[in-house]
Amino acid sequence: MGINRRNFLKAAGAAGGVLLAGGAKPAWSAQTQGSSMEFFGLLIDTTKCIGCRACEEACNAKWSLPKPEVPFSSESVFEMKRETTPEAYLVVNRFQNEKSPEKPIFVRKQCMHCTEPSCASACLCKAMEKMPEGPTVYHKDRCMGCRYCMISCPFDIPKFQYDSASPFVKKCIGCPDLVAKGNQTACAEACPTGATLFGKRRDLIEEAKKRIYQDPDRYYPHIYGEHEVGGTGYMYLSAVPFEKVSFRTDLGTKNYPGLTSGFLSSVPLVDILWPAVLFGFNYLISDKEEEDRKENGHGE
Amino acid sequence: MESNVTRTHIPGQPAAPDTGTLKGFLQFFWQELKPKGKILTPWNIITGIIILGGIVIIGIRLAKGLGAVTNLSQAYPWGIWIGFDVVTGVAFAGGAYILTFAVHILKVKKYEPIVRATVLNGFLAYVFYSGALLLDLGRPWNVVNPIIGNAFGYGSVLFLVAWHFLLYTLCLFVEVSPAIAEWLKWVKARRIIEKMTTATIILGVTLSTLHQAGLGALFLTAPSKIHPLWYSSNIPVLFFISSMFAGFSMIIIESMFTHKIFSNRLDERHRASHNKILLGLAKGSASVMAAYLFLKVIDLTHGHQLGLLLTPMGLWYLVEVAGFTLIPLVLYVVAYRQQNVRLVQGTAILTAIGVILNRLNISVIAFKWYEAARYYPSWMEIWVTLAVISMELWVFQWVINRMPILGASPDFKEEERTLDTFDDGEVVKWKGSV
Repeated sequence: MGINRRNFLKAAGAAGGVLLAGGAKPAWSAQTQGSSMEFFGLLIDTTKCIGCRACEEACNAKWSLPKPEVPFSSESVFEMKRETTPEAYLVVNRFQNEKSPEKPIFVRKQCMHCTEPSCASACLCKAMEKMPEGPTVYHKDRCMGCRYCMISCPFDIPKFQYDSASPFVKKCIGCPDLVAKGNQTACAEACPTGATLFGKRRDLIEEAKKRIYQDPDRYYPHIYGEHEVGGTGYMYLSAVPFEKVSFRTDLGTKNYPGLTSGFLSSVPLVDILWPAVLFGFNYLISDKEEEDRKENGHGE
Repeated sequence: MESNVTRTHIPGQPAAPDTGTLKGFLQFFWQELKPKGKILTPWNIITGIIILGGIVIIGIRLAKGLGAVTNLSQAYPWGIWIGFDVVTGVAFAGGAYILTFAVHILKVKKYEPIVRATVLNGFLAYVFYSGALLLDLGRPWNVVNPIIGNAFGYGSVLFLVAWHFLLYTLCLFVEVSPAIAEWLKWVKARRIIEKMTTATIILGVTLSTLHQAGLGALFLTAPSKIHPLWYSSNIPVLFFISSMFAGFSMIIIESMFTHKIFSNRLDERHRASHNKILLGLAKGSASVMAAYLFLKVIDLTHGHQLGLLLTPMGLWYLVEVAGFTLIPLVLYVVAYRQQNVRLVQGTAILTAIGVILNRLNISVIAFKWYEAARYYPSWMEIWVTLAVISMELWVFQWVINRMPILGASPDFKEEERTLDTFDDGEVVKWKGSV
C-alpha cells in the first residue's frame, strides 16, 4: 500500500482535525494589552509615609473586610513584619532606617498591578484579568481555586481562603469601580501626607524622576516598578536601596507572561507536525512490513 | 434489536448472560462486580482501612476547606496533592504513550504482550490523579469553566495542560476499550475500535508530548521561587524526556508485581518473552537517561551554577541527579550487558525514586527553599494520597482478574467470519489500523 489518495486524505484530515482542536486551545502569547496603554497607577513615596495606616483603614472600609483585632491606631502591629492576608489586602510595615535611625521607614504592601500580570496569564479561566484602566481584578465566579496565580505571582500577593469550604482568592484589586469613573483609589484618597499618589502611569514616572532629580540626597535613585517584571502599575520611591526594605530586587525586567510564551507558541507546531510525522512513520513501516510479507510468502 | 453476541456455554456452569441486550449487560456486570476469591486477605484489609480513612478525611476537607486537613499555606499553595499525586503520577503514567508509540507506530512487536497492562495502568493513573486534583481545587465545581468555554484562558500553560490531560484520558480509554469489548464479547464494537487504534495512538502521543512538557512549563512562571539549580528554561524538555524513563521504570516495577500476583492470568508467550522485554526497556531507559543528564549538565554549566553545588541544596541536587539518575543509568547499562534481569528490576526502583525526587524538588522541596517556615505534608495529606493509590490498585486488580489484559485475547474467529460476510457492504472504510 503506497500513499494513495485515500491515505493522503486520511493523514491530512487527521492533521486538520488536530489543527481545529488546536484552535480551541491556547496559542501564541498571553493576553497582554500592550505596554503603550495608558494605565492608572500609584506612586508610593516611602520617604513621605508616616505609618498612620489610614490607607489600611480605608481599604478595610471600602471592601467591608473584617475589623482587625488590633485597632488601626495601634503601633504594636509594627513589631513584626506582616504579609497581606485574605482579610487585609494592604499592610504597612516598619523598617529600620540606616541613614537616620531616629526616622523609621514605612512601606505599604499590596498588589503591584503589573503591566503584564503573571497571575492573569497563569489563570486558565480568566478569573484574574487586567482592566484597560490598570487594575488587575478577580472574577470570583470563574475561579476554580487551583492557586496557580499564587505560584506565578512574583510578589506573592494573591491569598487563598484555606478555612472555607467555598474559598476565594483574595487580593487588592485596585478599586476598579472608582478608577473606571476617573476617581482615585480608596487608599490614595485617605493618605494625609501625599505618600500615595494616584495618576496615569506615565505621569507618575515623570513625577518620580523629577523628585529624584530635584532632591538626590533624599532618594535612592531608582523607581521600583518602572521596569521590574516588565513594569508595574504601583511604583515606589525609597530613601534606601530597595532590598533593605524587603523588596525583591532579583526579579528582572522581563515580563512574566513572556516566560511561558515561548513554550506556548510551540504548542500549535507540535500539535500539527507531530501527527503528520507519526502518520508518515506508520505508513513507511507498514509498507515495509507488507513487502517483507510478500517476499517471505505467507504471514510471519 | 437482535443481539449478535455469541454465547459460549461452558458445561456445568449456568449460561452466561447475553451482553448484547441491556438486561443481559447489567446482569453480567452485576455478576462480575462481585469479588473473586478470598475477600479478607491482609492486603485487602490494610488497603480497605486506608481507603475508608481517606474517605473520612476527604469528607472533612469538603466540609471545612483545605486548611482543615492540609499544611498548605499562603507561602506554599501547592503541596504533595499536586507535587506527588499529579506532577509525579503523570510522569509515571508516561509508559503508556511511549510503549504504544513503539508497538503500534514503530511496529516493535517484542513489547506487544505488555501494552495492554501498561495502557490500563496509564488510564487508571489519569482517572485517579485527576480525581485527586479535584480534591485540591478550592472550587472544584468550577473545573468545567475552562472546558465549556465561558472563560477560556488561552494564555495559560495550565489551560493547555488541562485540555491535553482531558483529551489524552479519552485517548487512553479508547486504547483500553478493546479489552473491555472482549470482556463483554462485543465483537463488532471491538472491530470498530481497532480501526481507530492508529489514529488514537498518534493523537495520544502528541497530547502526551505537550502535557508532559506542559506540567514542567507550569513552573517556568516561578523563576524567583525555585532554586536556581532546578529552575531552567529547559524544564518542559526535561519533564518530557524524564517522563519516558519514568514510564519505563514504572512498567518494569509494575510487571514485577503483576507477575507474582496474577501469574495465573499470564499466558506462555507472555512469560517466555518477559526477560527480553525487561532488558529492552533497560536499554531504552539508559539511552533516554543519558540524553536527560546531558541536558542537565548543559543547564548547570551554562547557568554558571557550579559554585552552588557545594551548598546544602547543591548536595541535595547531587543526591537526585548523581545518586538517582546517573547511578541508575550506569546500573542499567551493566544489567543489560550482563543480561541480569534482577538488576534491571532493582535499578528501576532507584530510577523511580529519582523521578519522585525530581518532581517533588521542583514543586515542593526546592520551591521557596529560602522560607523560614517550610511546608511539609500533614499526615492527612499523606493518608489521602495512599488512599488514592489503594483505590487505583483495587480497580487495577479487578480489571486484571476479569479482562484479557495480561493474557492472550479470546479467539472470536467464528464471529469475525459472520461479521465479514454480513458487514462487507456497510463497514465504513476509515480503516485506521493498517
